[in-house]
Amino acid sequence: MSTADHRMLGGIRIAWLHLRVGVMNELQYRANFVIQLIQSLVAIGTGLVVLALIFDHTDQLDGWTRPELLVVMGVFTLVGGLIGFVIEPNMGRIMGDIERGTFDYVLTKPVDSQLLASLREFRIWRLTDAIVGLVVLVWGLSQLDATFGVPEVVWFVSTLSAGTVLIYCLWLVLTTGAFWVVRMDSVQELFTGLYRAGQYPVTVYPAWLRLMLTYLVPLGFAITVPSESLTGRMTIERLVVTLGFMVVAFAVTRWFWRRGTRHYSGASA
Amino acid sequence: MTHTVVVAPRDTIAREGAVRSYLRLYATLARTSIMLGFQYRVSNYFYMIGMIAEPVVYLVVWSTIARGQGGDIGGYTPGTFAAYYIVWTLVRNMNIVFTPFGWEQRIREGELSGHLARPMHPIHYDLGSFAGWKVVVIVMWLPIAAVLSLVFHPSLDPSLAQVATFAVAIWGAYLIRSMFLWMLGMITIWTTRVSAIFEAFFAAELLLSGRLLPVSLMPEWTQTLASFLPFESTFGFPITALVGPITGRELVTGLVLQMVWIAIGVGGVQVMWRRAIRAYTAVNG
Repeated sequence: MSTADHRMLGGIRIAWLHLRVGVMNELQYRANFVIQLIQSLVAIGTGLVVLALIFDHTDQLDGWTRPELLVVMGVFTLVGGLIGFVIEPNMGRIMGDIERGTFDYVLTKPVDSQLLASLREFRIWRLTDAIVGLVVLVWGLSQLDATFGVPEVVWFVSTLSAGTVLIYCLWLVLTTGAFWVVRMDSVQELFTGLYRAGQYPVTVYPAWLRLMLTYLVPLGFAITVPSESLTGRMTIERLVVTLGFMVVAFAVTRWFWRRGTRHYSGASA
Repeated sequence: MTHTVVVAPRDTIAREGAVRSYLRLYATLARTSIMLGFQYRVSNYFYMIGMIAEPVVYLVVWSTIARGQGGDIGGYTPGTFAAYYIVWTLVRNMNIVFTPFGWEQRIREGELSGHLARPMHPIHYDLGSFAGWKVVVIVMWLPIAAVLSLVFHPSLDPSLAQVATFAVAIWGAYLIRSMFLWMLGMITIWTTRVSAIFEAFFAAELLLSGRLLPVSLMPEWTQTLASFLPFESTFGFPITALVGPITGRELVTGLVLQMVWIAIGVGGVQVMWRRAIRAYTAVNG
């Protein structure tokens, strides 16, 4: 095995340790689970009210029926939970470390720095959103006539994973920008704001915005495409494009990360 | 007799001095946050782009529905929706005040103790510095509004009275929201498990203020409920004041209602604050 492989394997082992410690830490604060659950329910309740208002005035939104939009909302909440569980806390920590100059501690470790920096913090209670999202998703599916089997589920899981990786890539590229401009504390607000657009299928938006919400902010890949795979809209081309785009975006992100870390000058370095 | 003669002018002098020092405080706070705001332009623009995504989503969804329904819903065409949600972006920015989530840090880090040692009520510091930031926000908002207008073609034709009312109402909205979020934040002094309360408040605000959808398009019972709450005064009213349709009479009653909510807010903040400082135990006081 090469040194790079060793660094990668070591990184995975350390990430696993971080996950276990994080989970144990958070399990001490069980009341937080109740609070998180209330928050998830408030959010989903608001979403349902919005859907009710929409279907008060119309019976379909750009060809999407009510149960189909429920599916989209379920995927939206599910992916939001995954982001809150692992992406958001780690990106926030990278930014904080760069601002304070403590990022040295990541770079000096003999493991892959991108891997270590991306998998240090886990907010297990945010997975509540993922569960609530799944419930809404299943509820929406149960109202659809469409039949689906193993292939749809496989498509769904693979496009959902690819989409989540794409979101991670975008967020990491923005965060990496902090190596040059230091203060990037609005990235989270930027992202949380843009993420709302994923509540609806990106096909609803005008063409220029749809392109942006697919290739620039990959909500189309992370939310719309997985929803399409469950509502009988999936094509093999779309699957290939999603997976291909993920590979390219991941390579670009990695290259950018390397440039960023070379540019970093720490507090003590 | 002599007593009153001597005291009255002194009292006036003291009051004039107080007014002047308040003005100085506000001017300094505002200036500082204007300078800070312009310094971190990238950060501010990220913040604003993240923020405009929300109304653009509403705008697209409701315009799509309006088109599907033959051009309008409840009198709102894609053009009026565009005007509503573009003005929304400015009103939303005026609505940003010290977040209730910030109170936890204020208390934990002992910042509040420092505030207590100052001669003026701490709310003035928040009001002053956020008001200064609004200036930055308005300047940075102009190009965004121009782009949004080019893309979405708003139909906006306000009268002079509407423009004047709007200019006053956005500051009224700022004061009301400052007061109510301060009250909300102060709850943190009694209990730390506040985030669920905050989220519920914001969900109610989203639905009942006109932020999501013009209140006149909501079901009737919601409109009745909204009329008993301060939310519409901070959001729907300023927007509708500029975008219309609105009568002269409604402009005046809207402003009066804002004043009532400001008065309730100021009273509420004072009562709560007095109790809060009694309940407050400092971390490193």
